[in-house]
Amino acid sequence: MRNKTPLILCGLIASPAMAAGLELNIEIPKIDIAEYHRPYVAAWVEREDKSVAAQLALWYQDKAKPGQMVKPGEGGEKWLPDLRQWWRRVGQQTTLPLDGVSGATRVPGRYKVEPVASKLPAGQYKLVVEAAREDGGREVLNIPFVWPPKVNETLSAKGATELGALTLLLKP
Amino acid sequence: MIRNFFFAVPALALPLAAQAHTAWLLPSATVLPAKAWVTVDAGISSDAFIANHNPLRLDGLVITAPDGSLAQPENALTGKFRSTFDVNLALPGTYRMTVINSGLNASYEVNGERKRWRGKAENLAKEIPADAAKLEVGETLGRVETFVTDGPKNVEALKPVGKGLELVPVTHPTDLFVGETATFRLLLDGAPAAQQKLSVVRGGMRYRNQQNEIEATTDASGAFSITWPETGPWLLSASASDDKVSAKPATQRRLTYTASFEVLPQ
Repeated sequence: MRNKTPLILCGLIASPAMAAGLELNIEIPKIDIAEYHRPYVAAWVEREDKSVAAQLALWYQDKAKPGQMVKPGEGGEKWLPDLRQWWRRVGQQTTLPLDGVSGATRVPGRYKVEPVASKLPAGQYKLVVEAAREDGGREVLNIPFVWPPKVNETLSAKGATELGALTLLLKP
Repeated sequence: MIRNFFFAVPALALPLAAQAHTAWLLPSATVLPAKAWVTVDAGISSDAFIANHNPLRLDGLVITAPDGSLAQPENALTGKFRSTFDVNLALPGTYRMTVINSGLNASYEVNGERKRWRGKAENLAKEIPADAAKLEVGETLGRVETFVTDGPKNVEALKPVGKGLELVPVTHPTDLFVGETATFRLLLDGAPAAQQKLSVVRGGMRYRNQQNEIEATTDASGAFSITWPETGPWLLSASASDDKVSAKPATQRRLTYTASFEVLPQ
Protein backbone atom coordinates (compact mmCIF):
# COMPACT_ATOMS: atom_id res chain seq x y z
CA MET A 1 0.00 0.00 0.00
CA ARG A 2 2.75 2.40 0.89
CA ASN A 3 3.66 4.46 -2.13
CA LYS A 4 7.01 6.11 -2.03
CA THR A 5 6.86 7.15 -5.69
CA PRO A 6 7.42 10.89 -5.92
CA LEU A 7 4.14 12.62 -6.56
CA ILE A 8 5.25 14.08 -9.86
CA LEU A 9 5.60 10.56 -11.24
CA CYS A 10 2.18 9.46 -10.14
CA GLY A 11 0.58 11.33 -13.00
CA LEU A 12 3.09 9.99 -15.50
CA ILE A 13 2.83 6.34 -14.67
CA ALA A 14 -0.91 6.17 -15.19
CA SER A 15 -0.83 3.18 -17.45
CA PRO A 16 -3.08 2.98 -20.46
CA ALA A 17 -4.25 -0.35 -19.13
CA MET A 18 -5.83 1.31 -16.13
CA ALA A 19 -9.59 1.59 -16.36
CA ALA A 20 -11.44 4.83 -15.93
CA GLY A 21 -11.44 5.83 -12.33
CA LEU A 22 -10.21 7.80 -9.38
CA GLU A 23 -6.91 7.34 -7.67
CA LEU A 24 -6.22 9.09 -4.44
CA ASN A 25 -2.91 9.73 -2.70
CA ILE A 26 -3.03 10.72 0.93
CA GLU A 27 -0.08 11.99 2.91
CA ILE A 28 -0.10 11.64 6.68
CA PRO A 29 2.41 14.16 7.99
CA LYS A 30 5.05 13.34 10.54
CA ILE A 31 4.23 15.22 13.73
CA ASP A 32 7.04 15.53 16.19
CA ILE A 33 5.46 15.18 19.61
CA ALA A 34 6.04 12.92 22.60
CA GLU A 35 2.75 11.04 22.51
CA TYR A 36 1.77 10.42 18.93
CA HIS A 37 -1.28 8.40 17.94
CA ARG A 38 -1.90 7.53 14.33
CA PRO A 39 -4.88 9.45 12.98
CA TYR A 40 -8.23 8.08 11.97
CA VAL A 41 -8.76 8.95 8.30
CA ALA A 42 -11.83 8.81 6.09
CA ALA A 43 -12.03 9.60 2.38
CA TRP A 44 -15.18 9.74 0.32
CA VAL A 45 -16.81 11.30 -2.73
CA GLU A 46 -19.71 13.68 -2.10
CA ARG A 47 -22.43 14.77 -4.48
CA GLU A 48 -23.44 18.41 -4.69
CA ASP A 49 -26.17 17.82 -2.08
CA LYS A 50 -23.48 16.38 0.22
CA SER A 51 -24.83 12.85 -0.01
CA VAL A 52 -22.09 10.25 -0.37
CA ALA A 53 -21.47 8.77 -3.82
CA ALA A 54 -18.55 6.51 -2.85
CA GLN A 55 -16.46 5.68 0.19
CA LEU A 56 -12.78 5.36 -0.66
CA ALA A 57 -10.96 4.80 2.62
CA LEU A 58 -11.56 4.44 6.34
CA TRP A 59 -8.51 3.91 8.50
CA TYR A 60 -9.20 3.24 12.15
CA GLN A 61 -8.33 0.88 14.94
CA ASP A 62 -10.71 -1.96 14.23
CA LYS A 63 -9.13 -4.49 16.53
CA ALA A 64 -7.97 -4.54 20.11
CA LYS A 65 -4.31 -3.89 20.76
CA PRO A 66 -2.47 -7.04 21.85
CA GLY A 67 -3.42 -7.92 25.39
CA GLN A 68 -6.41 -5.58 25.41
CA MET A 69 -9.96 -6.71 26.02
CA VAL A 70 -12.52 -4.95 23.88
CA LYS A 71 -16.04 -4.68 25.23
CA PRO A 72 -18.98 -4.37 22.87
CA GLY A 73 -19.31 -0.78 21.72
CA GLU A 74 -15.75 0.00 22.71
CA GLY A 75 -12.47 -0.60 20.95
CA GLY A 76 -11.53 1.69 18.11
CA GLU A 77 -15.04 2.10 16.74
CA LYS A 78 -15.88 4.15 19.80
CA TRP A 79 -13.92 7.09 18.39
CA LEU A 80 -15.30 7.04 14.85
CA PRO A 81 -17.72 9.95 15.53
CA ASP A 82 -14.57 12.10 15.91
CA LEU A 83 -14.45 11.94 12.11
CA ARG A 84 -17.37 14.30 12.42
CA GLN A 85 -18.21 15.02 8.82
CA TRP A 86 -17.76 11.40 7.79
CA TRP A 87 -19.91 10.26 10.71
CA ARG A 88 -22.55 12.80 9.80
CA ARG A 89 -22.64 12.13 6.08
CA VAL A 90 -22.36 8.36 6.02
CA GLY A 91 -20.57 6.84 9.03
CA GLN A 92 -23.54 6.60 11.37
CA GLN A 93 -25.39 4.48 8.79
CA THR A 94 -22.38 2.37 7.84
CA THR A 95 -21.97 -1.23 8.96
CA LEU A 96 -18.32 -1.94 9.60
CA PRO A 97 -15.95 -3.20 8.43
CA LEU A 98 -16.43 -1.94 4.88
CA ASP A 99 -14.96 -4.32 2.33
CA GLY A 100 -12.10 -2.74 0.42
CA VAL A 101 -12.47 0.51 2.34
CA SER A 102 -11.76 -0.21 6.03
CA GLY A 103 -8.18 -0.60 7.04
CA ALA A 104 -5.82 -0.14 9.94
CA THR A 105 -4.46 3.27 10.90
CA ARG A 106 -1.24 4.26 9.12
CA VAL A 107 2.05 5.70 10.29
CA PRO A 108 3.14 8.98 8.67
CA GLY A 109 3.86 8.56 4.98
CA ARG A 110 2.25 8.67 1.55
CA TYR A 111 -0.41 6.17 0.65
CA LYS A 112 -2.15 5.32 -2.55
CA VAL A 113 -5.78 4.44 -2.08
CA GLU A 114 -6.48 1.59 -4.47
CA PRO A 115 -7.91 2.97 -7.68
CA VAL A 116 -11.68 3.03 -7.66
CA ALA A 117 -13.19 2.14 -11.01
CA SER A 118 -15.78 4.83 -11.17
CA LYS A 119 -19.39 4.20 -11.98
CA LEU A 120 -20.26 7.74 -11.02
CA PRO A 121 -22.94 9.38 -13.17
CA ALA A 122 -21.65 12.51 -14.92
CA GLY A 123 -21.73 15.49 -12.59
CA GLN A 124 -20.05 17.77 -10.11
CA TYR A 125 -18.47 16.07 -7.10
CA LYS A 126 -16.20 16.74 -4.19
CA LEU A 127 -13.52 14.50 -2.77
CA VAL A 128 -13.45 14.85 1.02
CA VAL A 129 -10.62 13.61 3.23
CA GLU A 130 -10.97 13.95 7.00
CA ALA A 131 -8.40 13.11 9.66
CA ALA A 132 -8.75 13.10 13.46
CA ARG A 133 -6.00 12.21 15.89
CA GLU A 134 -6.23 11.21 19.56
CA ASP A 135 -4.71 13.97 21.73
CA GLY A 136 -4.39 15.93 18.50
CA GLY A 137 -6.48 17.88 16.04
CA ARG A 138 -8.83 17.35 13.18
CA GLU A 139 -8.65 18.50 9.58
CA VAL A 140 -10.94 18.21 6.57
CA LEU A 141 -9.78 18.81 2.97
CA ASN A 142 -11.92 19.05 -0.14
CA ILE A 143 -11.10 18.69 -3.81
CA PRO A 144 -14.01 19.56 -6.12
CA PHE A 145 -14.02 17.79 -9.48
CA VAL A 146 -16.17 17.14 -12.51
CA TRP A 147 -16.80 13.57 -13.60
CA PRO A 148 -15.97 12.29 -16.14
CA PRO A 149 -12.82 14.22 -17.01
CA LYS A 150 -11.99 14.79 -20.67
CA VAL A 151 -8.32 13.96 -20.19
CA ASN A 152 -6.23 12.62 -17.33
CA GLU A 153 -6.33 15.20 -14.59
CA THR A 154 -4.34 15.58 -11.40
CA LEU A 155 -5.91 17.74 -8.71
CA SER A 156 -4.38 18.47 -5.36
CA ALA A 157 -4.87 20.00 -1.95
CA LYS A 158 -2.54 20.56 0.96
CA GLY A 159 -3.32 20.16 4.61
CA ALA A 160 -1.96 22.38 7.34
CA THR A 161 -2.12 20.23 10.46
CA GLU A 162 -3.34 16.63 10.37
CA LEU A 163 -3.08 16.00 6.64
CA GLY A 164 -0.23 16.54 4.18
CA ALA A 165 -0.53 16.62 0.40
CA LEU A 166 -3.54 15.07 -1.29
CA THR A 167 -3.60 14.28 -4.96
CA LEU A 168 -6.55 13.03 -6.91
CA LEU A 169 -5.96 11.47 -10.31
CA LEU A 170 -8.95 11.36 -12.62
CA LYS A 171 -8.84 9.02 -15.59
CA PRO A 172 -11.48 9.27 -18.27
CA MET B 1 -61.54 29.05 52.33
CA ILE B 2 -61.20 32.36 50.63
CA ARG B 3 -60.02 31.93 47.11
CA ASN B 4 -59.06 34.71 44.85
CA PHE B 5 -59.75 33.59 41.34
CA PHE B 6 -58.37 36.79 39.93
CA PHE B 7 -54.79 35.97 39.41
CA ALA B 8 -53.07 39.32 39.50
CA VAL B 9 -50.24 39.59 37.03
CA PRO B 10 -47.80 41.35 39.38
CA ALA B 11 -48.31 38.56 41.88
CA LEU B 12 -47.59 36.05 39.15
CA ALA B 13 -44.19 37.60 38.84
CA LEU B 14 -43.39 36.63 42.40
CA PRO B 15 -43.29 32.86 42.23
CA LEU B 16 -41.62 33.26 38.89
CA ALA B 17 -38.79 35.37 40.22
CA ALA B 18 -36.95 32.07 39.88
CA GLN B 19 -37.48 32.44 36.15
CA ALA B 20 -34.21 34.29 35.94
CA HIS B 21 -32.80 30.85 36.64
CA THR B 22 -33.16 28.42 33.80
CA ALA B 23 -33.22 24.65 34.08
CA TRP B 24 -30.95 22.70 31.77
CA LEU B 25 -29.75 19.24 30.86
CA LEU B 26 -26.18 18.91 29.63
CA PRO B 27 -25.29 15.58 28.00
CA SER B 28 -21.63 14.56 27.77
CA ALA B 29 -22.14 14.21 24.00
CA THR B 30 -25.06 14.31 21.58
CA VAL B 31 -23.49 12.28 18.76
CA LEU B 32 -22.27 8.88 19.90
CA PRO B 33 -21.11 5.60 18.39
CA ALA B 34 -23.21 2.44 18.64
CA LYS B 35 -23.83 0.95 22.11
CA ALA B 36 -22.42 3.94 23.94
CA TRP B 37 -23.25 5.39 27.34
CA VAL B 38 -23.95 9.03 27.96
CA THR B 39 -23.84 10.96 31.21
CA VAL B 40 -26.07 13.97 31.74
CA ASP B 41 -25.88 16.86 34.22
CA ALA B 42 -29.06 18.66 35.22
CA GLY B 43 -29.09 22.03 36.91
CA ILE B 44 -30.90 25.30 37.45
CA SER B 45 -28.85 28.47 37.15
CA SER B 46 -28.72 31.96 35.68
CA ASP B 47 -26.05 31.10 33.14
CA ALA B 48 -26.71 28.11 30.94
CA PHE B 49 -24.89 24.93 31.95
CA ILE B 50 -22.99 26.54 34.83
CA ALA B 51 -23.74 24.55 37.98
CA ASN B 52 -23.75 27.21 40.67
CA HIS B 53 -27.29 27.52 42.01
CA ASN B 54 -29.61 24.50 42.37
CA PRO B 55 -29.76 20.96 41.06
CA LEU B 56 -32.62 20.07 38.75
CA ARG B 57 -34.50 17.31 40.55
CA LEU B 58 -34.96 14.17 38.49
CA ASP B 59 -38.44 13.16 39.76
CA GLY B 60 -39.97 14.17 36.45
CA LEU B 61 -37.30 12.57 34.24
CA VAL B 62 -38.64 10.68 31.23
CA ILE B 63 -36.20 9.08 28.78
CA THR B 64 -37.74 8.08 25.47
CA ALA B 65 -35.72 5.48 23.56
CA PRO B 66 -35.38 5.46 19.74
CA ASP B 67 -38.24 2.96 19.37
CA GLY B 68 -40.58 5.07 21.50
CA SER B 69 -40.21 2.85 24.60
CA LEU B 70 -39.04 4.28 27.93
CA ALA B 71 -35.47 3.87 29.11
CA GLN B 72 -34.31 4.09 32.73
CA PRO B 73 -31.54 6.32 34.06
CA GLU B 74 -28.67 4.74 35.98
CA ASN B 75 -26.40 6.12 38.70
CA ALA B 76 -28.79 9.02 39.32
CA LEU B 77 -27.58 11.42 41.99
CA THR B 78 -28.66 14.85 43.13
CA GLY B 79 -25.84 16.97 44.44
CA LYS B 80 -25.61 20.48 45.79
CA PHE B 81 -25.58 22.25 42.44
CA ARG B 82 -26.51 19.66 39.87
CA SER B 83 -28.10 16.27 39.44
CA THR B 84 -26.49 13.68 37.23
CA PHE B 85 -27.51 10.41 35.61
CA ASP B 86 -26.18 7.95 33.08
CA VAL B 87 -28.07 6.33 30.23
CA ASN B 88 -27.08 3.07 28.60
CA LEU B 89 -27.88 3.76 24.95
CA ALA B 90 -28.72 0.16 24.19
CA LEU B 91 -30.80 0.86 21.09
CA PRO B 92 -29.50 2.60 17.98
CA GLY B 93 -31.14 5.95 17.22
CA THR B 94 -32.13 9.16 18.92
CA TYR B 95 -33.13 9.45 22.58
CA ARG B 96 -35.17 12.27 24.05
CA MET B 97 -34.55 13.08 27.70
CA THR B 98 -37.13 15.28 29.38
CA VAL B 99 -37.60 16.54 32.90
CA ILE B 100 -41.26 17.47 33.22
CA ASN B 101 -42.20 19.97 35.88
CA SER B 102 -45.89 20.23 36.47
CA GLY B 103 -47.91 21.36 39.43
CA LEU B 104 -49.48 24.33 41.11
CA ASN B 105 -47.95 27.44 42.62
CA ALA B 106 -49.86 29.36 45.24
CA SER B 107 -49.32 32.43 47.33
CA TYR B 108 -51.50 33.38 50.28
CA GLU B 109 -51.51 35.19 53.60
CA VAL B 110 -51.97 33.85 57.09
CA ASN B 111 -52.25 36.51 59.83
CA GLY B 112 -50.93 39.06 57.39
CA GLU B 113 -47.83 37.00 56.63
CA ARG B 114 -47.24 36.16 52.97
CA LYS B 115 -46.59 32.50 52.22
CA ARG B 116 -45.87 30.46 49.13
CA TRP B 117 -46.73 26.93 48.26
CA ARG B 118 -45.83 24.62 45.43
CA GLY B 119 -47.19 21.13 44.89
CA LYS B 120 -49.68 18.83 43.27
CA ALA B 121 -53.29 19.89 42.81
CA GLU B 122 -54.61 17.11 45.04
CA ASN B 123 -52.54 18.34 47.99
CA LEU B 124 -53.48 22.00 47.83
CA ALA B 125 -56.57 21.77 50.05
CA LYS B 126 -54.66 19.68 52.62
CA GLU B 127 -51.57 21.83 52.78
CA ILE B 128 -52.92 25.36 52.59
CA PRO B 129 -54.86 26.47 55.68
CA ALA B 130 -58.56 26.87 55.09
CA ASP B 131 -58.44 30.40 56.48
CA ALA B 132 -55.69 31.55 54.11
CA ALA B 133 -56.30 35.01 52.70
CA LYS B 134 -55.43 36.42 49.30
CA LEU B 135 -54.95 32.95 47.86
CA GLU B 136 -53.67 33.06 44.31
CA VAL B 137 -53.04 29.86 42.41
CA GLY B 138 -51.29 29.27 39.11
CA GLU B 139 -50.48 26.11 37.21
CA THR B 140 -47.01 25.44 35.80
CA LEU B 141 -46.09 23.01 33.04
CA GLY B 142 -42.49 22.93 31.94
CA ARG B 143 -40.35 20.65 29.82
CA VAL B 144 -36.56 20.60 30.05
CA GLU B 145 -35.11 18.52 27.24
CA THR B 146 -32.09 17.31 25.40
CA PHE B 147 -31.48 14.90 22.55
CA VAL B 148 -28.76 12.30 22.10
CA THR B 149 -28.13 9.98 19.16
CA ASP B 150 -26.45 6.58 19.35
CA GLY B 151 -25.41 5.45 15.86
CA PRO B 152 -27.86 6.44 13.11
CA LYS B 153 -30.24 9.25 14.00
CA ASN B 154 -34.02 8.85 13.83
CA VAL B 155 -37.08 10.78 14.99
CA GLU B 156 -39.38 8.17 16.57
CA ALA B 157 -38.67 9.43 20.11
CA LEU B 158 -39.29 13.04 19.09
CA LYS B 159 -43.02 12.71 18.53
CA PRO B 160 -44.87 15.42 20.44
CA VAL B 161 -46.93 14.38 23.44
CA GLY B 162 -49.45 17.19 22.88
CA LYS B 163 -49.19 18.87 26.28
CA GLY B 164 -47.60 22.22 26.97
CA LEU B 165 -44.81 23.81 24.93
CA GLU B 166 -42.82 21.33 22.88
CA LEU B 167 -40.27 21.29 20.10
CA VAL B 168 -40.50 19.14 17.00
CA PRO B 169 -37.61 18.87 14.58
CA VAL B 170 -37.38 19.99 11.00
CA THR B 171 -33.58 19.89 11.26
CA HIS B 172 -32.54 16.91 13.37
CA PRO B 173 -31.50 18.21 16.84
CA THR B 174 -28.30 16.14 16.89
CA ASP B 175 -27.15 17.26 13.43
CA LEU B 176 -26.19 20.86 14.13
CA PHE B 177 -23.08 22.47 12.69
CA VAL B 178 -21.64 25.94 12.97
CA GLY B 179 -22.58 28.30 10.15
CA GLU B 180 -25.61 26.24 9.18
CA THR B 181 -29.23 27.14 9.72
CA ALA B 182 -31.40 24.81 11.78
CA THR B 183 -35.19 24.90 11.69
CA PHE B 184 -37.51 23.61 14.40
CA ARG B 185 -41.17 24.03 15.27
CA LEU B 186 -42.72 24.86 18.62
CA LEU B 187 -46.09 23.41 19.54
CA LEU B 188 -48.48 24.41 22.29
CA ASP B 189 -50.76 21.55 23.35
CA GLY B 190 -49.92 19.87 20.05
CA ALA B 191 -50.90 22.82 17.84
CA PRO B 192 -48.44 25.26 16.20
CA ALA B 193 -47.24 27.86 18.70
CA ALA B 194 -47.45 30.86 16.38
CA GLN B 195 -45.73 34.15 17.20
CA GLN B 196 -43.99 32.47 20.13
CA LYS B 197 -40.87 34.30 21.30
CA LEU B 198 -37.79 32.29 22.16
CA SER B 199 -34.08 32.73 22.63
CA VAL B 200 -30.94 30.66 22.35
CA VAL B 201 -27.77 31.29 24.30
CA ARG B 202 -24.44 29.53 24.22
CA GLY B 203 -22.95 27.94 27.34
CA GLY B 204 -19.66 29.06 28.83
CA MET B 205 -20.81 32.52 29.95
CA ARG B 206 -18.01 32.55 32.51
CA TYR B 207 -15.50 32.82 29.69
CA ARG B 208 -16.97 35.83 27.94
CA ASN B 209 -18.53 39.15 28.91
CA GLN B 210 -21.77 39.34 26.95
CA GLN B 211 -24.65 36.87 26.74
CA ASN B 212 -24.94 37.38 22.95
CA GLU B 213 -28.25 35.56 22.96
CA ILE B 214 -30.17 35.18 19.73
CA GLU B 215 -33.88 35.95 19.80
CA ALA B 216 -36.45 34.61 17.38
CA THR B 217 -40.21 34.45 16.94
CA THR B 218 -42.08 31.55 15.39
CA ASP B 219 -44.16 31.95 12.24
CA ALA B 220 -47.77 30.84 11.81
CA SER B 221 -46.71 27.19 11.59
CA GLY B 222 -44.68 27.48 14.81
CA ALA B 223 -41.43 27.29 12.80
CA PHE B 224 -38.28 29.25 13.52
CA SER B 225 -34.69 29.10 12.31
CA ILE B 226 -31.36 29.70 14.00
CA THR B 227 -28.05 30.12 12.18
CA TRP B 228 -25.44 28.93 14.64
CA PRO B 229 -22.63 31.48 14.88
CA GLU B 230 -20.44 29.39 17.17
CA THR B 231 -19.85 25.81 18.25
CA GLY B 232 -20.69 24.62 21.73
CA PRO B 233 -23.64 23.74 23.92
CA TRP B 234 -26.64 26.02 23.30
CA LEU B 235 -29.75 26.43 25.41
CA LEU B 236 -33.12 27.31 23.91
CA SER B 237 -35.76 28.84 26.17
CA ALA B 238 -39.35 29.80 25.55
CA SER B 239 -42.21 30.61 27.87
CA ALA B 240 -45.85 31.45 27.52
CA SER B 241 -48.92 31.83 29.67
CA ASP B 242 -52.61 31.30 29.13
CA ASP B 243 -55.73 30.36 31.08
CA LYS B 244 -56.12 26.78 29.83
CA VAL B 245 -55.59 25.28 33.26
CA SER B 246 -56.00 21.57 33.87
CA ALA B 247 -56.47 21.81 37.65
CA LYS B 248 -58.63 24.12 39.69
CA PRO B 249 -58.36 26.45 41.52
CA ALA B 250 -55.58 27.61 39.20
CA THR B 251 -56.68 30.40 36.91
CA GLN B 252 -53.51 30.97 34.90
CA ARG B 253 -51.14 28.52 33.32
CA ARG B 254 -47.43 29.19 32.94
CA LEU B 255 -45.67 27.15 30.23
CA THR B 256 -41.94 26.84 29.83
CA TYR B 257 -39.73 24.93 27.45
CA THR B 258 -35.96 24.60 27.39
CA ALA B 259 -33.83 22.38 25.19
CA SER B 260 -30.10 21.98 24.94
CA PHE B 261 -28.31 21.34 21.67
CA GLU B 262 -24.73 20.76 20.71
CA VAL B 263 -23.32 22.66 17.73
CA LEU B 264 -20.25 21.03 16.21
CA PRO B 265 -17.46 22.45 14.05
CA GLN B 266 -17.47 21.90 10.30
